[in-house]
Amino acid sequence: MPSHPGRTRTRARAHIPVLAAALAASTAALGLTGCAAKPEPDTVTVLNSATDTAEHNANQRFLDRCGKPLGLRVEQISVPADQVASKALRMASSDSLTDILELDGSELPQFAQTEGLRPLKDIGVDTAGFSASATSLGSYDGTQYGIARSVNSLALIYNTDLLKKAGIEPPTTWAELKAAAKKLTGGSTYGMAFSASPNADGVYQFLPFFWSGGGDEAALDNGKGEAALQLWKDLVADGSASKSVVNWNQQDVNDQFVAGRAAMMINGPWQVPVLSAQKKVDWAVASIPVPEAGKDAVPPIGGTVMAVPKNGEDPVRERNAAKVLNCLNTEKNQLQWGESVNNVPTRAAAAQAYGLQNPKLAAFAELVTTARSRTAKVGTGWPVVGDALAGAFQSVLTGRTSPEQALHRAQQQASAGK
Amino acid sequence: MTTITSTASAGAAGGAGTAAPAAADRSPLRRGLLRWLFVAPALAYMALFFGYPLIRNILMSFQHYTPKTYFTGEAPFNGLDNWRNVFANELFSDSLWHTALFTVGSLLGQFTIGLALAVFFSRRFRLSGFVRAILLLPWLVPMVVSAVVWRRILDQDHGMLNSALHAVGLVSQDGVPWLNSPSVALLSAVLVNIWIGIPFNMVILYGGLQEIPRELYEAASLDGSSAWRTFRSITLPMLRPVVTVVLVLGFMSTVKILDLILALTSGGPADSTQTLGTVTYQLSFLQLDFGQGAVVGNVLILISAVFAVLYLRANRADFGKGK
Repeated sequence: MPSHPGRTRTRARAHIPVLAAALAASTAALGLTGCAAKPEPDTVTVLNSATDTAEHNANQRFLDRCGKPLGLRVEQISVPADQVASKALRMASSDSLTDILELDGSELPQFAQTEGLRPLKDIGVDTAGFSASATSLGSYDGTQYGIARSVNSLALIYNTDLLKKAGIEPPTTWAELKAAAKKLTGGSTYGMAFSASPNADGVYQFLPFFWSGGGDEAALDNGKGEAALQLWKDLVADGSASKSVVNWNQQDVNDQFVAGRAAMMINGPWQVPVLSAQKKVDWAVASIPVPEAGKDAVPPIGGTVMAVPKNGEDPVRERNAAKVLNCLNTEKNQLQWGESVNNVPTRAAAAQAYGLQNPKLAAFAELVTTARSRTAKVGTGWPVVGDALAGAFQSVLTGRTSPEQALHRAQQQASAGK
Repeated sequence: MTTITSTASAGAAGGAGTAAPAAADRSPLRRGLLRWLFVAPALAYMALFFGYPLIRNILMSFQHYTPKTYFTGEAPFNGLDNWRNVFANELFSDSLWHTALFTVGSLLGQFTIGLALAVFFSRRFRLSGFVRAILLLPWLVPMVVSAVVWRRILDQDHGMLNSALHAVGLVSQDGVPWLNSPSVALLSAVLVNIWIGIPFNMVILYGGLQEIPRELYEAASLDGSSAWRTFRSITLPMLRPVVTVVLVLGFMSTVKILDLILALTSGGPADSTQTLGTVTYQLSFLQLDFGQGAVVGNVLILISAVFAVLYLRANRADFGKGK
C-alpha cells in the first residue's frame, strides 16, 4: 500500500501550519510557565526590564545595599520591557509572581484593576513627600499601588552650534518653534525632528503638544486638541521636519539628531548616554515650547513603578518587599539612582538637589513638576485612547483627514473601545 | 501491514514455542489494542499541543478574558460580545482587506520570480551553484533584521532605493514615499516580503524541476517544440504537485504575517499596513483584551483551514491520477 503512508504524511504536514497558527495565537495567553519553585525565605524577588548588563548590575548594587542590612537577598528577574506585563500575567496564573513587580507606569492600572496588587499604605511603604506627578503615576482609583524611584519626561534638545550659527535662541512658543525650525532647515538638515510613529513612542511625543494646547484625553474632541495636530502638520508641510516622522520611533529621532540631520528634537533623558558618548554634535536641553508665552508646558511623565503583588500565603514576604522599597526611596538613594539613569528623582527634595547638581538636565527636573501621568484620567482605558490618538496624528500627517475630523473619529474609537 | 502486526504480536507473546494457536485465539483484540498503542503517542501529542490550544482559543473568543483572569482564574462567558465588537471595528475589515492584498501580491511576486529563477538555474552553467547559494541569503537572515535593513533602504530622504532611482532619473528629488504614504506603504511591504519569499519558492521549484525526466525534453526538442511550448506543455504540468505545495505553504506563512510589518511600519502610516496578525497582537498584547484577540486569531485559523482543505483535495486528485 504505497499511497497510504504518503497520504497520511501529507495530511499531517498540512495540519501543522494551521494548528501552529492556533498555537501561536494562544500559547502566550495560556500561560505555559514552568513550575514555580518555592522561593527561599530570606529573599525578595523583583521582576523588571533591566536586561542591559550595565543597568542590571547598577540596579543590583542598589538592591544589595538595601537588602543586606535587612538580612535579605534581592534577586532580579529581567525580561525586555515590552514583555514585562505578559510575563507578569503568566507568573500570576501559576501563582509564582515575584515579591516586587516593576511595571511601566502606563501599565499599572491594568494590574491594579485585577485587585492582585497590595495598596502600598497597607504594608507600610512611606509615600509622603513625593511629587504629585509621581504619586499619580503609581495610583489607580485614588489608591497608590506603585512607587516610582525616578521619572522621565520629554524636552527640546537642540544642536547648540547650529542655533548659534543661525543666530537664534531655543524657541519657547509654538510660533517661535515653527520659525526657528524653518530657519534651521537647509541642505540635508531638518530644523526639527520628532517621533510620530503609530505606537507608544509617537503617542508619548504627541502628548506634550496635545496637553499644552489644552487637549483632553478623556474628551479628545473638546475642540482644543486640534492646535497640536495643526502644529505637527505645519512642521512637516513646511519641510521643517521630515515626512518620515510617521515612521520614526524615539531612537530613530535621536539617530537623526546625532547624525546632524536635525537641529532640534523632542526626546527624553534616556538618550543622554548616547548623546554624551558622541563628539560630533554639541547639545543642550530646553523646555518644551508652549502655545503662547506665559503658559505652562504639560509634558507626560514616564518611567517605571514598583508594586507589591498580594501574597496570601506569606504576608512576611510583602513586608520584606515594603522594607526594600522604603530603602530604595530614601532621598539619598533616589538621588544616586536618578543620576545613574539620568532620570529625575521623585521626592521633591531629591529632585531639587538633582536639578542643582545636573544643570545640563535641569530642564527635565523643571518639566517633571508640571508633567502629567497618561493614566491619571482614563486609567485602564489608556491603551485604547493612546491608539486612537496615534490614529489621529498619523492620518493628519499623511494628509488623510483634517485635525477636526481626526479627533472626532479618535473620540468615537476611544468610546467604542470602552 | 497484516504480516507486520502478527509478527509483532508473536514477538510480544514471549516467543514461546507453542504460541501459534494461542496467538490466533487472542489476536483480534490484541491486534486492535496494539494498533492503538502505536497510534497513541502521536494522538496524545496532537491532542496536547494542537487540539488543546485550538479549543482553548475558540473558547477564549467567547469569554471576557482580561488581566484579571490571570489573577482570579475567572473568565466569564460573554456570548457573542467579542465577535460583535471585532466585526464592528473598522480596523478589522480594513486589515482583512490588507491581508488579502498582501498575501495575493506576495505570492504572485514570490512565485513568478522564484519559478523564473528555478528554470534559469536548472541549466547548468559556471558559478550557478554559487549564485544560487547567494540567492538563498534572504531566507537565512532573521525577518526582523531584513525589515530593519529595508527600512533604511526605503527611507524617503536618505534611502538607497530613492537615491538610485533619482540617479537614473526615474523619480524627482522628493523621492517615492515608500513607507511614509498610506497609499504606497502596503506595496512596499509586499515588495520586501517578495524579496524574503523568493528563495523558498526557488529552492522547492528547483527541486521539482530536477524530478522531471530528461527524456520528455528530448522528445519535445525532436518534435521541434519552442521553448515556451515546452515550458507550458511539459514543465508546468509536471511541476503541478510541487506548485500546489509551494503556494499553500507560502499562503500559510504569509497570511499570518506579523514580525515583518511590526518592524517595518508598526502597521502605519495611518493603519495602512494593519493585517490580521498585527490586529491580533494589538488587541491581545497591547490592549490586553485576550477575548477579542482570540476572535481575530480564530478568523486567521479558519482562513488557513479552508486552504488546507483545498490543498488536501488538490493533492488527492494528483494521487488519483496515479502520478
